[in-house]
Amino acid sequence: MTAAVASVREPRARFRDLVASEWLKLWSLRSTGWALLFGALAVATFNVGTAWDHYRYWYAYDEAARVAFTADGRGLGDAFTGNAATVLVLWCAAMGAVAVVGEYGSGGIRTAFAAVPARGALVSARALVLAVVHAGFGAVVAGGSFWVSQAVLSLRGAGVSWGQPGAVRLVVASALLAPVCALAGMALGVLLRRGAAAVVGAVVVLLVVPMVLGEERWATAVAAHTTPFRAWHRLASEGAAGPYPWTTGGAWLVYGAWAVGAVLVTVVAVRRRDQ
Amino acid sequence: MSAAGPGGTVVDMIEARELTKRYGATTAVDGLTFTVRPGRVTGFLGPNGAGKSTTLRMVLGLHAPTAGTVTVGGRRFAERPRGLRHVGALLDASDVHGGRTARAQLAALARSNRIPLARVDAVLEEVGLAGAARRRIGGFSLGMRQRLGIAGALLGDPPVLLFDEPLNGLDPEGVRWVRGLFRRLAAEGRTVFVSSHLMSEMEHTADALVVVGRGRLIAEESLAAFAARGARPSVAVGTPSPGVLTPLLLAAGAEVVAEEGRLTVTGLSAARIGELAAEHRVVLDRLSPRRASLEEAFMELTAESADYTAGGAR
Repeated sequence: MTAAVASVREPRARFRDLVASEWLKLWSLRSTGWALLFGALAVATFNVGTAWDHYRYWYAYDEAARVAFTADGRGLGDAFTGNAATVLVLWCAAMGAVAVVGEYGSGGIRTAFAAVPARGALVSARALVLAVVHAGFGAVVAGGSFWVSQAVLSLRGAGVSWGQPGAVRLVVASALLAPVCALAGMALGVLLRRGAAAVVGAVVVLLVVPMVLGEERWATAVAAHTTPFRAWHRLASEGAAGPYPWTTGGAWLVYGAWAVGAVLVTVVAVRRRDQ
Repeated sequence: MSAAGPGGTVVDMIEARELTKRYGATTAVDGLTFTVRPGRVTGFLGPNGAGKSTTLRMVLGLHAPTAGTVTVGGRRFAERPRGLRHVGALLDASDVHGGRTARAQLAALARSNRIPLARVDAVLEEVGLAGAARRRIGGFSLGMRQRLGIAGALLGDPPVLLFDEPLNGLDPEGVRWVRGLFRRLAAEGRTVFVSSHLMSEMEHTADALVVVGRGRLIAEESLAAFAARGARPSVAVGTPSPGVLTPLLLAAGAEVVAEEGRLTVTGLSAARIGELAAEHRVVLDRLSPRRASLEEAFMELTAESADYTAGGAR
């Protein structure tokens, strides 16, 4: 018997190979492109639909309302509506969850971790790919929604330009809502490991909680302000309503905290638990 | 690393020491100690639920042991940043996403470990899937998935290979191919560790065995030693006058079971029985030693530990 296998020669492990591998994994699924396209159309439809509604039923407003709408630049509100943000949150959280629960369901996660025992690094690479893809997705959806909705409104002379106060902030906040929710969905997927459970969890944490928490009491207002959905609301509006106002800086901080927190939860969960 | 005698070095050994895994009140693996050496195929045998898959997951660092250790080449596998060049593993052929093509699945694995893409085509060729490389895995038969899983295990050209029930779903040609592959990998000096719940699968594949039941080690020895120590050898004896022969055999220290005019004798060799018969002028019309089959040895050894026996108490 000959010992043909000498000691193992191995190139240095690099994080960027994991990122490249995760990129390949994501795009080798035909469903990825379709899910992004369908999600983008769904979100954009809510925005463009609202702008179209204003265009179509412009006659229903009296002269004073038309002047106020145009003078106040309320057309900006059609660039990204609350309904569109709700759909975006749901869609991105579900895609983030599917990015991990699919593998837990099939057992592919064991193949992945046997190939890369550095589990924390592997899921960090996946989180990075997920965040980049969804940031791009959000940028296209939010930028596209702004452009098309304002083009529609400009037919009535009511469109706003990028120079409108709060316009850039609204588009950037809407775009970044996508990766924040995708990462949150991924963390829930790793914690719950089942698709249905993760999606229900995402609906509760990302949508129901911010909807039921009111602005009138200090405690509920502060709790509400820690959710990404309410942070988006703050960034989408000029000034804060209610007795407990907060700054846009605080809202950006909430975005950042959710993104970082979701990655930390994901990494700690896969490192500590049996796979 | 020091040499560990003939057959390879400690670099390629799998060593489990008092390996234990409990899930709540259930003990899946109970103080397992064994060593799997290079240059041979080692069968990992046990009935369903004996703890084989749990043990393999602990070898790969997927599950953390409750107590004890298991190392590959002297190190815990989980400490290695990348795994494919150290251990190739096929845990469950269905552990893949059906939406990817075979080539995409292996390309992503290869990329994560800095393995050149050319190696993907080479292993697909080796397992006979080159023609199906660009087909989606969802449409693969179980046998094709097994081949794909084996291709993934070979990707990093590793010195240690683990296969969990690799023969499931393979057709006879596939079984013969896998056996040949295991023999070749072992002949190249690799450590090949193959689990199965069927002794018959191991009979023509393994050189050594690690046998477990209910999470405990039952035997760790060569295939030949296992066969010899399992069921005791017996001799089938046919005679027109069993009433004369039986007391003689009993007096000589044998155990005799009579059924359908034939005696099954244990504790005496065929030669000694023939001598006794000749001395006392008893006619024999049959005298044939029965070699215990491996299957019998396995059944006998694991009978007490089988978790789910048909008709047994649950």
